[in-house]
Amino acid sequence: MIRLLLAATCLAATTFSIGGARAQNVTLTIESWRTDDIAIWQDKIIPAFEKAHPGITVRFSPTAPTEYNAALNAKLDAGSAGDLITCRPFDASLALYDKRQLVSLNDLPGIDDFSPVAKAAWTTDDGKTTFCVPMASVIHGFIYNADIFGQLGLAAPKTNEEFFKLLEAIKTDGQSVPMALGTVDQWEAATMGYQNIGPTYWKGEEGRLALVAGKQTLSDAGWMEPYRVLNRWSDYLGDGFKAQTYPDSQNLFTLGRAAIFPAGSWEIGLFTQQAQFKLGAFPPPVASAGDTCYISDHPDIGLGLNAASKNAEAARTFLTWVASQEFATLYSNALPGFFALSKHPVKLDNELAKTFLSWRNDCQSTIRSTYAILSRGTPNLENETWNASANVINGVETPEAAAKRLQDGLASWYKPAK
Amino acid sequence: MSSAKSDRPPSPRWHIAVFLAPALSIYSALMVIPLASTLKQSLYNHVDDTLAFVGFDNFSKLLLDPTWATSFWNALSNNLVFFVIHMLLQNPIGIALAALLANPKLRLVRFYRTAIFVPTILSFVIVGFVWKLILSPLWGVAPSIMKAIGLGGLFAPWLGREDSALIALSLVSVWQFVGMPMILIYAALLSIPDEVLEAAECDGVTGWSQFFKIKLPLILPTIGIASILTFVGNFNAFDLVYVAQGAQAGPNYSTDLLGTFLYRTFFGFQLQLGDTYMGATIASMMFLLILFGVCTYLFFVQRRLQRYQL
Repeated sequence: MIRLLLAATCLAATTFSIGGARAQNVTLTIESWRTDDIAIWQDKIIPAFEKAHPGITVRFSPTAPTEYNAALNAKLDAGSAGDLITCRPFDASLALYDKRQLVSLNDLPGIDDFSPVAKAAWTTDDGKTTFCVPMASVIHGFIYNADIFGQLGLAAPKTNEEFFKLLEAIKTDGQSVPMALGTVDQWEAATMGYQNIGPTYWKGEEGRLALVAGKQTLSDAGWMEPYRVLNRWSDYLGDGFKAQTYPDSQNLFTLGRAAIFPAGSWEIGLFTQQAQFKLGAFPPPVASAGDTCYISDHPDIGLGLNAASKNAEAARTFLTWVASQEFATLYSNALPGFFALSKHPVKLDNELAKTFLSWRNDCQSTIRSTYAILSRGTPNLENETWNASANVINGVETPEAAAKRLQDGLASWYKPAK
Repeated sequence: MSSAKSDRPPSPRWHIAVFLAPALSIYSALMVIPLASTLKQSLYNHVDDTLAFVGFDNFSKLLLDPTWATSFWNALSNNLVFFVIHMLLQNPIGIALAALLANPKLRLVRFYRTAIFVPTILSFVIVGFVWKLILSPLWGVAPSIMKAIGLGGLFAPWLGREDSALIALSLVSVWQFVGMPMILIYAALLSIPDEVLEAAECDGVTGWSQFFKIKLPLILPTIGIASILTFVGNFNAFDLVYVAQGAQAGPNYSTDLLGTFLYRTFFGFQLQLGDTYMGATIASMMFLLILFGVCTYLFFVQRRLQRYQL
């Protein structure tokens, strides 16, 4: 008996040592805020990587989106954060790089497959160092219930005038709520409202860069007009929209009770799954027919390397794979609506995602106006924009007053080089 | 015997120190030291990228600089409203419920007691979420119930309106915590000896006048404790607003309490990065306010309360 045990132990020991010699047996942990994507990471993305790289195990461990920044900062300061850090765009991640909690990825194989614009969200102000691999961007627009449009004989609008005529027609019909949007969570009003339709008025990058350079102000017509349009939206939102939450809006739309959803492309996955009707999408309408259209094509997710990681080598292997075409195709199709940022050509299966992506050819792209540089101080421009957009739709603040308040707040700490 | 005992030198009372040590060390480690370091942190800030001692600059910024002061005074006044609503509703209702429960003729006392107390032990997250659902204009039961009793026209999206959101949340909080004063006062009422009440009855003091003339003076110290607990709880409140309205305490900051303001400042929110120094300053202000409130109460109210020997 004893001999048998001894033999078994020896056998086990040998097996383990052979296994150890053959592979590194490293476990990488990914910090993320995408709790919605756990299944996709575990079923599709991670198995594909682990198959190609035996010996490296990957664990995806997300935190709730609203708590991510706070939780991540606390973990990084305490030295208990995972090896790979999902990067928010712009300042939040830049601050991590400045604190030396993320490392430079300039020498990562594959990082050159991204254009400077794609890398901009995770590159230092001087443009020299990139510290996260860009993973995906999201595009804004409007998703609509094609069945309702069909019944009422409506077509996707091109101009603002057509857009409001359309809303009026749905309202007159009375069968469904024209637009699913609530203001209680505030961010929807700003992200799906102001940042969605705004670029058309401030002319995308042109206006954004002028604002950053101090050549335009938020009280200028181009920046105030979107608030005037938002103010008109309130007539076409559902009863009690002031207390309607974001999940309420999603449900209202997927249940077929609302015709239009001011959206970001990240909704595509959920809506395709849940909606029992045909979906369509149109880009933000322009002021008059023939104008250039502008879309917000916003870099949203990147992946960086924790400077304190004990498995830096394996983590780099993973990041290199994230920069590859295989990952781009896998990711864009697993998460329709999150568009890979690399130059690799990617074939999409989802029709709605294809529609969104096609706007990149027809319209000028820009990023959300408040994300780069302008939200570094207090009062924080992005947070104030949430508040102002919700106020304007609720009708408790005039567009002029909101714009002036934002400009005063920004000017109190932001002094662009003159 | 007794002389032998007094001859012994007084033994040092080591056991007191020994028995106090565990509680004292845990309390110091978890409460005193963090509090002291928060107070210390509020005196520092970054000046030209280096950490420097700035004295009371952070405080003057918080109280006077329009960027900070608007938010601070708004949060403080919301907190006061929150507290006043609790004092006007939670404690009187608690007393009334306790008085009813202490009535020996009432049946099913245990059931009522438990039913009213249960929300107190529920998590804020659940309470906030459930009430948000109940009050939802889309799927909530509140609109349909009100319609059923003919008051449908009075329903409004309360949590989304600036003039009603704070009151609605205060009422939710009152609903949740009314069990606390009730149970405290109930216990105090039960501890009143029967002889006192019998004597009152012999003198013809019964019913409501018995409650106001005999029982209420006897339970006043307990009401004082319940009030001070309400005060401390209200000025530390954060969870309910965070769960129901998010860290931006909408609509338009109308439900912003010192707690949510502290959270946004200290940990940061969305694109706003955390500012631990201003955060510590707000936390210190909260501590000072609560300290001031509790001390005022102890020195000017609690000491003057008559305590009756029962």
